[in-house]
Amino acid sequence: MTSTGIGAAVRRKEDHRFITGKGRYTDDINRSGQVQAYFLRSPHAHAKIKSIDTQEAMRKPGVIAVFTGDDIAADKVGGLICGWMIHSKDGTPMKAGPHPALAQGKVRYVGDHVAVVIAETLGEAKDAAEAIRVDYEVLPAEVDTSTAQRQGAGVIHDVAPDNTVYRWHLGDKAKTDAAFAAAKHVTKIDLTNNRLVPNPMEPRAAIGEYDTGDGVFTLYTTSQNPHVARLVLSAFIGIAPEHKLRVIAPDVGGGFGSKIFIYAEETVCVWAAKKVGRPVKWTSDRTEAFLSDAHGRDHVTHAELATDENGKITALRAKTIANLGGYLSTFSSSVPTYLYAPLLSGQYDIANIYCEVDGVYTNTTPVDAYRGAGRPEATFVVERLVEAAARELGQDPAKFRRKNYVKSFPHQTPVIMTYDAGDYSASLAKAMEIADYANIGKRKRESAKNGKLRGIGFSSYIEACGIAPSQAVGSLGAGVGLWESAEVRVNPVGTIEVLTGSHSHGQGHETTFAQLVSERLGVPIENVAIVHGDTDKVQFGMGTYGSRSGAVGMTAIYKALDKVIDKGKKVAAYVLEASAGDIEFKDGKFSVKGTDKTADFGAIALQAYIAHKFSGQELEPGLKEGAFYDPTNFTFPAGVHICEVEVDPGTGITRIDRWTAVDDFGVVINPMIVEGQVHGGIAQGVGQALLEGARYSAEGQLVTASYMDYAMPRADDLPSFHVGMTVTPCPSNPLGVKGCGEAGAIAAPAAVINAITDAVGHEHVSMPATAETVWKACQRAPQKLAAQ
Amino acid sequence: MYAFEYVRANSVRGAASALAKHEDGKILAGGHTLLPTMKQRLASPSALVDLGSIKDLAGIEQRGRSLLIGAMTTHAAVAASDVVKTSIPALAEMAHMIGDPAVRNRGTIGGSIANNDPAADYPAACLALNAIIVTNQRKIPAGEFFKGLYETALEPGEIIVRIAFKPPSRAAYMKFRNPASRFALVGVFVAKKGSDIRVAVTGAGNQGVFRWKAAEEALAKRFNPKSLDGLKADAGIMNADIHASADYRAHLVAVMTQRAVAKALGK
Amino acid sequence: MSYTLTVNGRERRVESGDPDQPLLYVLRNALGFTGPKFGCGLGQCGACTVIADGAPIRSCQLPISATKGMKITTIEGLGTAEKPHPVQAAFIAEAAAQCGYCTNGMVMTSAALIAQNPKPSLDEIKQALAGNLCRCGTHDRVLRAVLRATGGQKK
Repeated sequence: MTSTGIGAAVRRKEDHRFITGKGRYTDDINRSGQVQAYFLRSPHAHAKIKSIDTQEAMRKPGVIAVFTGDDIAADKVGGLICGWMIHSKDGTPMKAGPHPALAQGKVRYVGDHVAVVIAETLGEAKDAAEAIRVDYEVLPAEVDTSTAQRQGAGVIHDVAPDNTVYRWHLGDKAKTDAAFAAAKHVTKIDLTNNRLVPNPMEPRAAIGEYDTGDGVFTLYTTSQNPHVARLVLSAFIGIAPEHKLRVIAPDVGGGFGSKIFIYAEETVCVWAAKKVGRPVKWTSDRTEAFLSDAHGRDHVTHAELATDENGKITALRAKTIANLGGYLSTFSSSVPTYLYAPLLSGQYDIANIYCEVDGVYTNTTPVDAYRGAGRPEATFVVERLVEAAARELGQDPAKFRRKNYVKSFPHQTPVIMTYDAGDYSASLAKAMEIADYANIGKRKRESAKNGKLRGIGFSSYIEACGIAPSQAVGSLGAGVGLWESAEVRVNPVGTIEVLTGSHSHGQGHETTFAQLVSERLGVPIENVAIVHGDTDKVQFGMGTYGSRSGAVGMTAIYKALDKVIDKGKKVAAYVLEASAGDIEFKDGKFSVKGTDKTADFGAIALQAYIAHKFSGQELEPGLKEGAFYDPTNFTFPAGVHICEVEVDPGTGITRIDRWTAVDDFGVVINPMIVEGQVHGGIAQGVGQALLEGARYSAEGQLVTASYMDYAMPRADDLPSFHVGMTVTPCPSNPLGVKGCGEAGAIAAPAAVINAITDAVGHEHVSMPATAETVWKACQRAPQKLAAQ
Repeated sequence: MYAFEYVRANSVRGAASALAKHEDGKILAGGHTLLPTMKQRLASPSALVDLGSIKDLAGIEQRGRSLLIGAMTTHAAVAASDVVKTSIPALAEMAHMIGDPAVRNRGTIGGSIANNDPAADYPAACLALNAIIVTNQRKIPAGEFFKGLYETALEPGEIIVRIAFKPPSRAAYMKFRNPASRFALVGVFVAKKGSDIRVAVTGAGNQGVFRWKAAEEALAKRFNPKSLDGLKADAGIMNADIHASADYRAHLVAVMTQRAVAKALGK
Repeated sequence: MSYTLTVNGRERRVESGDPDQPLLYVLRNALGFTGPKFGCGLGQCGACTVIADGAPIRSCQLPISATKGMKITTIEGLGTAEKPHPVQAAFIAEAAAQCGYCTNGMVMTSAALIAQNPKPSLDEIKQALAGNLCRCGTHDRVLRAVLRATGGQKK
C-alpha cells in the first residue's frame, strides 16, 4: 500500500475548497441577465382547480411572465415520469396517474405546483404570486397510509379508483403458509416505518438557460445524476434532444436520494428560459424543501416469523402498505418493492419468504428513495422480528442470530438475491467484543442504581448495493440500464483527468477515485483530477445512489485504466524496442521482462502523443481510454451494529451511551472516508429512530415543515461511534468493493429500537421514539421498573 | 418580505414617537423572532423601529440589592456577566441555555419578554424572581406583565427599558428542550427568597408562563424535592401539540420542578 | 441607500434599496462572498454563519442596516488553502467535511468559540455547535476537529 493508494486514509482533496468557502454550488452561480422564478404552490392537499386568473399578477412590477400548466401543455412538454414499471400480482401494470410539472385541473398535495411567476427579483415574483387568483374546489384529503384504500376514500387519480398503485408480491405464498402452519412458534409484529424528510442542507436549486445562437439549453441543477436528468428531460419530458441539452450538477450539498429525482422546478426553469429569453433561476427555501423534496419511508407493516422446535427460523411473511404520496416520483415504485422485499431474508437462512406490498396514493408529498431506500425498511422488519422472537423464545439475541445466519456462500434466498460473500458470525463476534457485551448485565445494574434503565440492541443488516446489473434490473421493471462509464485521459505530461458518470455530493470521490488511479498507474495523487457532474464533459453516466459509485463507478475507471495500461505497453514496446508481450507495468514504470530497460509512465504518455516512435498505421497516437462497466451481481455489504442506551424513566429521554458498528464493505479504498460515511448513515438512522417524523394534519397540511417542528439530529444528540471492519472481498468486481454509503441508515433504526425495548421491557416502541413515547412505554411496563 | 419603513431610533423617546406615527409599527430588538416571521410573510408591519443604536438600553448593573438588566442586553451578555453570575447565578445559567451562540449574540432580554413566546425561557425567570419590568411609562411587576400567549401588559408605544431583579437566596432553572426547536417543551424556574417561594413554568401552559401554586405551597412547608412527591400538575391547563400531549407536559412539570428544587439545593 | 461595512478587513460599500436586506444576500450577491450559505433563511440551521465583531451571527437574520461599523469575517477571510486557520486545518485532518455545505457554519462557529474560549471542553463544543445542522452526519468528526484545533483529543 502506498501512502496515497488503495487502503490509505488520504485526506480529502475537495476539502481545501470546502473549508475556505470556495465550493461552487448551484445557488452560488449567477448568470448574466438572470431572472427569478417563484412557484405558487397549492395550499390545499386535494382540490380541483376551477380557474386560474393571472391577469393581475402579470401587471405587477418586475414581472416577466406567469405560466400555468396550460402553457406547458401547449408547448407539448410532457409530465414527470416514474421510470420503474411494477406489475401487480394479477399481472396488470401499475396505475401511474398524470404528473404535470405545473398542475392541470387538480392539485394533489400541499406544495403541489400551481403556477410559476418569473420576475426580475424574488420579492417581485412573490408579490405577483399573491395576486394570482385560483378558484379551488376543495376535496376531502387522504393522508393516512393505512386507510387510503378504504371504501369511500376520496379518489386521488382517476386511473386508481381505490388509490392503489399496485398490489405486488414476491415469494411463494403456499409454501410459506405451509411452513407457518407447521411452525412451533410464531412471532408477530406490527410496525410503522416513519415518514422522513431528507433535508440536505443545500436546498434544491436550478438555473435554466437557452442559447438562441445554437439552440442549446443548459441546466445547472442540484442533481445526484446529471446524465439521468438529461435523459429524462430529453427523452420523456421533451424539453430538447440530448445533444441540445447540457446538464451541469456542480458541487451538490448533500442528496441522500432526494436529488436523484427529476422535479417540476428544474423542468419549468429550463423550459421557461427559452420562453422568456433569459436565464431563469430558482432556489428552494426551506419550507418549500419540506413540502416538495420527495420524502422517504412511510410504511405500515404486519410481519410474522416462524421458528421450529430448535429455534431455527423456517419462514417469514409480511404485508406492507407503502405510501407513495400524491404522484409517482422518478423511482418511487421500485423502493417498497424490489429494493425492499428481496432483503427480507436479512442475514438469515430462511427457506420460505412471502411478502405482499400495496403501493398507495395519498394527498401527501411524493415518497421516493431516501438513504437506504427500501433496505432500512426491510432491515427494520427483519431485525425487530428476530429480536422479538429471541426474547419470546427466551434466547440470547446474539446466539439466536448466530444460529440462524447464512453460513455458506453463494447463498440463494427465496426472494431473488444470491448472496455472494460474507462472514456474518465474524462481524457479530467482533462487534460483541468492541461493545463489551459480556458485561452488559453489570452496566445495567450500575444504571439501575442511578435510577436509569439500560438496554442493548443488535442490528444484523444486509443490503443489496452497487445498483446494478442492467439485465437484472431490466427484468424487474427498471426503465434504464444501471451500468457506469468512465474515461481516463492521460495528458502528454503524464497528468490525468478521469471523467466519471458517478457524482460526488459528500462521498469524497475526488479523493477515493484518485487513489485508485494513483495506485494503478503509480502516479502522484496530485497529478490526478476527477471530473464529474457535467454532461458536456463526461459523455455518459448513471449517477450516484444505492451505494453504487464504488462498486460500479470505480470499476468502470478500473477497466479504463486496464485499457490505458495495455495501450501504454504497446507504446512502450516501440520506445523500449521490445515486443509488446514482453512489456511489464509496475509502480509507474514500464519495463522489458528480464532486462533493466524501463520507462516512466509520464515518458510513455509523452511518446504516445508525440508519436515519433511508431507510425499511425501501426498504432493510434494518444493515451485516452473509456469503459462502460455493467456488474454481474448486486454487492452485499453486511454488518452488525450494537446500540446501547440509557433511558431516564422520569422523562423518557433516551441517551445513546455507545455505538458499535462492524461492517463488511469488502475492500476499503479510504478508511477515513468510509468511516465518515458510516457515521453519517448512523446519524440519519438515529434521527429516524429517535427524533424525526413528518406529520400531516387530517386536512393534509404538513405540520412539521420547519426545523422548529421537525427535529434533526444535532451534535449533542449523537454518541461517539466505535467503528470496526471485517473484510470479505466482493467477488463480482475486480476491486472487491461493496459500498458503504447507506449502511448506517439501514442498520441504525432497528438497533436503537431493540435497545430501547430492552431497556424499558416493553415489546414494542414506535419510531420516532420520542421522550414521550418512551415515557409512555415505561408507564406500560411497570414490572420491569419494579424489578430493577 | 413586504416593504416597510425602517427607523433607527437613537433614544427611547425617539423610538416612542416613531411608534406613535406608525399605527402597526413594530420594535426591532434583536430581530430573531420578528425577522423570520416577516420573511415568511406572516407579519407585515408598516415600520420597524430599531432599538439597536440606543446605547443606554444595553447593560448590566448591580444597584443596591437590585440587579438591573437593560432591555437590549443580549442573552450572551447575561450568560457571560460576572455581575449576574454573582447576583443570580441561575439567571446566567438560564441565559446560557437559550438557543445557540448565534441566537444568544443577537437575541435580547427585552425582545424575549415583550414577545412572550409561550416556550421562551425569560418569562419563567421573571415570574419566579418577581422581576419588575421598567418601561418608558411605568413599572410593571412580572406577575401582571405576562398576559397569555404572546400577550403582555405593554400598551401601544410602550417600550421596555430595563428589568429589575431582586436576588433570591436559592434559585435554579431546569429545561426540557423540544428537540427540534430547542425551546422549552417544559422549563421550570424555582426561586426561594426567604419564605417567598415561586415556581414558574414555561413551555407547558396553554396560556403561556404560569406559577404552579400547589408546588409553591408544598415547598413552603419544606424546600425539598421530597415535598413534591406525588404532587401532580393539572393537565387541563397544559398545552397539547405535535411535540407533546398535555398529560406528558403535566408530568414533566412535576419532574422538572423536583429536579429544579434539587439543583437549587445543590443536590 | 448606501451602506459601509468592513468585510474581511476591507471597507466595502454596498447599495441596497431594502434596509432589511439580510447581510447574507449582500455578502453573496453584491460582494461575491459565497462561502456563507443559504440553508433555511430563518436562522435555524447555521449554514450562513459569519463572525461579526468576534461573535458568530446568522447572516440571514442580520439586516444590512444593522451592520453599520461592524467588522465582518466570512470564511473566505478566515484563512486560505495555503495558510488555513487552525480550525480549517483541523477540519481537513479529521475529514470533518462531507458535502461541504454546512462546513462554513461549523468552521465559523468553531473559530469564534475558540477565539473566546481557547480550551473548550467537549461539552462546550457540543453546546456551541448545537445550532449548526449537518445532514451528512459529520458531527463526530467536527467535534474531533475542534478539539484538535485546540490541542485536545477526543476519546
